[in-house]
Amino acid sequence: MTATNNTPGTSLKIINGRLLLPGSDELTKASLHIVDGRISAIGEAADAATSDEVFDAADSVVAPGLVDLCCNLREPGTGQKGNIASETRAAARGGFTTVCASPETSPVNDSGAVTHLIRDVAEARSPIRVLPVGAVTRGLEGELLSDMAGLSSAGCVALGNGRRGVRNARILRRCMAYAKTFGLTVMFSPENQALAADGYAHDGLVASRLGLLGIPEVAETTSVMEMLLLAEETGVRLHLSQLSSARSVDMVADARRRGIGVTADVAMHQLLFTEDALSGFDSRFHVRPPLRTEDDRQALLAGVRDGVIDAIVSQHQPHDSAAKQAPLGATEPGLSTIESTLSMGLMLVSRGELTLPALLRSLTAGPAAILGRDACIEAGAIADLCVFDPEATWTPGEGTLISAGRHAPVLDNAIPGVVKLTLCDGRVAWGVGSS
Amino acid sequence: MTVDQASKRSLQLTADGQLRHFLTLDGLDRALLTDILDTADSFIEVGERTIKKVPLLRGRTVVNLFFESSTRTRSTFELAAKRLSADVLNLDISTSATSKGESLSDTLLNLEAMASDMFVVRHSQSGAPHFIAESVTPGVAIINAGDGRHAHPTQAMLDMLTIRQHKGGFEGMKVAIVGDVLHSRVARSQIRALNELGAAEVRVIAPGTLLPTDVESLGCTVEYDMQKGMKDLDVVIMLRLQKERMEGALLPSEREFYRLYGLSRDKLALAHPECIVMHPGPINRGVEIESAVADGPQSVILNQVTNGIAIRMAVMSMAMGGQVSERNQKQAGREQA
Repeated sequence: MTATNNTPGTSLKIINGRLLLPGSDELTKASLHIVDGRISAIGEAADAATSDEVFDAADSVVAPGLVDLCCNLREPGTGQKGNIASETRAAARGGFTTVCASPETSPVNDSGAVTHLIRDVAEARSPIRVLPVGAVTRGLEGELLSDMAGLSSAGCVALGNGRRGVRNARILRRCMAYAKTFGLTVMFSPENQALAADGYAHDGLVASRLGLLGIPEVAETTSVMEMLLLAEETGVRLHLSQLSSARSVDMVADARRRGIGVTADVAMHQLLFTEDALSGFDSRFHVRPPLRTEDDRQALLAGVRDGVIDAIVSQHQPHDSAAKQAPLGATEPGLSTIESTLSMGLMLVSRGELTLPALLRSLTAGPAAILGRDACIEAGAIADLCVFDPEATWTPGEGTLISAGRHAPVLDNAIPGVVKLTLCDGRVAWGVGSS
Repeated sequence: MTVDQASKRSLQLTADGQLRHFLTLDGLDRALLTDILDTADSFIEVGERTIKKVPLLRGRTVVNLFFESSTRTRSTFELAAKRLSADVLNLDISTSATSKGESLSDTLLNLEAMASDMFVVRHSQSGAPHFIAESVTPGVAIINAGDGRHAHPTQAMLDMLTIRQHKGGFEGMKVAIVGDVLHSRVARSQIRALNELGAAEVRVIAPGTLLPTDVESLGCTVEYDMQKGMKDLDVVIMLRLQKERMEGALLPSEREFYRLYGLSRDKLALAHPECIVMHPGPINRGVEIESAVADGPQSVILNQVTNGIAIRMAVMSMAMGGQVSERNQKQAGREQA
């Protein structure tokens, strides 16, 4: 996509950066040399090379470009909640070079035509790589299979059913068996809809006190168990999206021990917030799955630390302000997170809850592997890079956010982590001075 | 006080601790609750006069905004506002399921533009009055007349007034709340008020399907068996049971519910002999309560209704007082600047 726009022979050198190199848990101070959109040399060889341009990273971290498995770009759609141009620009600002576009668009991405539309718009307007995820059932209705092979050949990297789920276990089983035929990865957010019903908050202390309609933990765990058993039987490559409970992490770990090919992710905000975030009826924190207890948060963090959870996702869901300006239960779920995801992760690092290498692995190599891609800094690799100053701070707010969604998890308070340069295919997707 | 209670306190109270909205009992301390009860006591006398009016809200416009229908609560709010000499506008607004949020904000902004001073809000969504006070019309006093399953603070306070009148206070009181606690905003506010005012024990008595998750965390004990739960009670509060509960598979039948959790004379006999019987109304005779008990000597259900007007007068006049003093302070601040 963007690689075609690279001028042949253009070279860039990044000096004074601290690099996270493959196989190392330490940051290494070294230069990087980039030619034709690829990393051509690292360290002394890079120092010796000549280049057209030099970027002084000034002790910032140079990491592989971040990869997001779950991002809502809202296009096709009405445009009120954002579009591919606005949301990928926000993503580049957040350090992302690859985002998977959720099938929950309007119309739903359940046909090659919609997939092509997303790719064409992305090619024209996105500074980063957009990989569409197709709908596993037509219209995300959970009733009829989508043209999975057609979606795959149109460029969908995986198939899922968004937050809608597939209610009927027989259809879910057939979705998996059919996807398995073509070696496709299915991504599902586990939620038993009969148990979740019309709930919108974790069924726990805060919901009981405030009289919020609860979604019990078992709405997730019964669904995780069902999906694991069906994946084991059908042999499909299953990715569980956005786990929210401790028990789910245990079940995924067990399944892996039994040799089931399952991977999992968690949304960054699940690692930072709990049900307490709703105690002032703050509609921003109406998210799905709901924010659960401190014990759940701890277990999710442990899952990320020991690798049971492969990836951290933004679960970016931009909305127009009216969608969030209502009594809590009448608002639409989701946070606008793509610009704050790295910063939230760095907050966890500064609290000692996650190491920087574990954070970066979960935002780069972890999710990339699920897509069958690489994300590492080595000679010959595509120059997808994110250069960020972990100590510098910025303040998300009305005037600073790029996304059409202004309901960021932290607002009007300084948070750590300023992305100074995002390179996608060696091309500048975001640089300080961008606005 | 947790951060959460602190933030509610600041939303409901002025900088010097006066009421400016009345959204929930969370974050209101015993002194303020007592102040509300004392103020209500002073208004009871107004209702006994030939001319039942005081001029506290003269020239003020109170809008009753009922997004959920109600006869009794709306009537008592209307009477309370009129006895305070306010101009009252009643609006029954049925909401469409989808665009609730937008229409709610827009409706309120329009009403605010008509120079309303106070909104009395009933809404099916928990937290709706909170949302209005915080985000929509912060300059209008908001009185919560019941929101979703969250809170019904004026109902709880009129119940507290009723208990105080009959029992002299809350110390040593053993109180049970019986029935559908899960769906009840009244129960949540009552439990909070009884805890803050120092009741000795708050018991909830219900089957497991009608109790919220971790209900004990609200500040009560749980008893599934009503025969045991009635022991030593000073006050028993029955909750209304909606007929829909049978359809949602929460209960098998009204008959079984009445047999197990209905307040019959037999069960009442297990309580303290001077136990009073309360119900927020409207009562379902033969479902939650036996007629002979509802109409019997221990029933104070009609006192509750009378007290409802006095409590609403107290809360409305106090919140308006808080708003006015806040406005005056801001005005003075501007003039100094």
